Amino acid sequence: MDFVQANLPYLLAGISVGGQYALIAIGYTMVYGILRLINFAHGDVFMVAGLLMVYLVTAVPLAAAIPLMILFTVLIGFTIERVAYKPLRSAPRMSIMISAIGVSYLIQNLAYYVTGGLAKTYPSIPWVSDTVTILGATTRRVTLITPVLTIILVIALVALIKYTKIGMAMRAVSRDFETSQLMGIKVDSVISITFIIGTGLAAVGSLLFFSSYTAVTPVAGAMPGLKAFVAAVFGGIGSIPGAVLGAFIIGICENIIKGLGWTTFSDAFTFALLIVILVVKPSGLFGEKNTDKV
Amino acid sequence: MLKIKNLQVNYGGIEAVRNISLEVPEKSIVTLIGANGAGKSTTLRSVSGLVRPTAGEITFLGESLTGLPTTEIVKRGVTLVPEGRRIFPDMTVEENLKIGAYLRNDSLTEDMNWVYDLFPRLKERSWQLGGTLSGGEQQMLAVGRALMSRPKLLMMDEPSLGLAPLIVRGIFDIIREINKQGVTILLIEQNANMALQTADIAYVMETGRITRKGSGKELLADESIREAYLGKKKS
Repeated sequence: MDFVQANLPYLLAGISVGGQYALIAIGYTMVYGILRLINFAHGDVFMVAGLLMVYLVTAVPLAAAIPLMILFTVLIGFTIERVAYKPLRSAPRMSIMISAIGVSYLIQNLAYYVTGGLAKTYPSIPWVSDTVTILGATTRRVTLITPVLTIILVIALVALIKYTKIGMAMRAVSRDFETSQLMGIKVDSVISITFIIGTGLAAVGSLLFFSSYTAVTPVAGAMPGLKAFVAAVFGGIGSIPGAVLGAFIIGICENIIKGLGWTTFSDAFTFALLIVILVVKPSGLFGEKNTDKV
Repeated sequence: MLKIKNLQVNYGGIEAVRNISLEVPEKSIVTLIGANGAGKSTTLRSVSGLVRPTAGEITFLGESLTGLPTTEIVKRGVTLVPEGRRIFPDMTVEENLKIGAYLRNDSLTEDMNWVYDLFPRLKERSWQLGGTLSGGEQQMLAVGRALMSRPKLLMMDEPSLGLAPLIVRGIFDIIREINKQGVTILLIEQNANMALQTADIAYVMETGRITRKGSGKELLADESIREAYLGKKKS
């Protein structure tokens, strides 16, 4: 029992952090799947979602702040795509990637300007932020909610992609822009929807993430963003189940390492993992298999 | 039905299509033959809006298509079966057909059965992934997928490319069958023999220009055409 009591919190925290990474990682992997773009601004949009929440609760009641926060985040994601990526659709891939880096720094600097560089305290959300005790281990309720909510959202997303018309269009566009157009699919709309879903999930992720970390800074998106990116690469970028699995593995491993007393090395582990994957299996766990027949 | 007038397409300094005009009458099969790089594909891609023409006018049923986005052109009833089939390899045969009907919101059962009647092979394989089909089956799927949008004009870019002669014959039989059921067809081919046998009207394209026009039979009998495209030596 002592063993469980001592280690359960780390495992729970790992699963929870994994869920948060997963919600961010889906945004990376979906955008990559459709545009072959690593959206470097994604982690910063995640941070903006956190800041939006901080400012929104001062203006409207909490129950309204959450949906408004998600709505505004989605709008930002949509706008970034339209303004910074869409005009570069036929440009070389490197240009759009540089544009993404530009957007990332733009958002960070705007956040510095707005916050004055100070860490903003994240509002505590009643019920979600409460502490609970299970099997003698104490944790916040958000730790338990995160994996459940993540799994539900992922199942919904996978069903959307597999069974709906828009999901079919997303799969088609990620394969072949031109042929998709010949089917009557509006490629730009499908790409916008992809960004909307990706940033929407990141907004939910930020709610869960910052509820357990309490402060938002202008660079708060960088680390979780990078780790989610590693998770997406680990799982095989372009694959949603891969990104989710990768995120949970990274989240759990990091926290087990913390539990062993090597907290200092937990971040290093994640990035070492990235290097190992890129060397050993660059396509990740569920990387794209090409079944093209020419 | 489809009228192309003085179409000019330039790709960064190269004149791919030079001032061509052609006409596709309703319910006919029209073919455009010519060697690689003659500008045939570019012509079809301009009609579909995938390529922006430099000059010229494309009208379909009296309405201009020039400058319209591809999706809008598909909506008007002009569908292109692209070169190299371009089916979606990681979707099932059935999904590939469904996506062909992306713009439609009515019931697909009837057209699905129509396509499956035309290509019984596809019905047998409806749950297989598109990428696992043979080349000929993929071509059938590409044609079936295009039919699912219920096109008025079906354009095909080299349907015989890379297929065995027997399968090519089958594909051309289907083209005639589809045409009999009321779909107008504009066909691009390097396989001049099959194309000329099938077509009502044929155009010959050389380095961006249309050099000959006639009925399929006329061109098939023409000495210079036989020599250039059918591999017959002058006797």
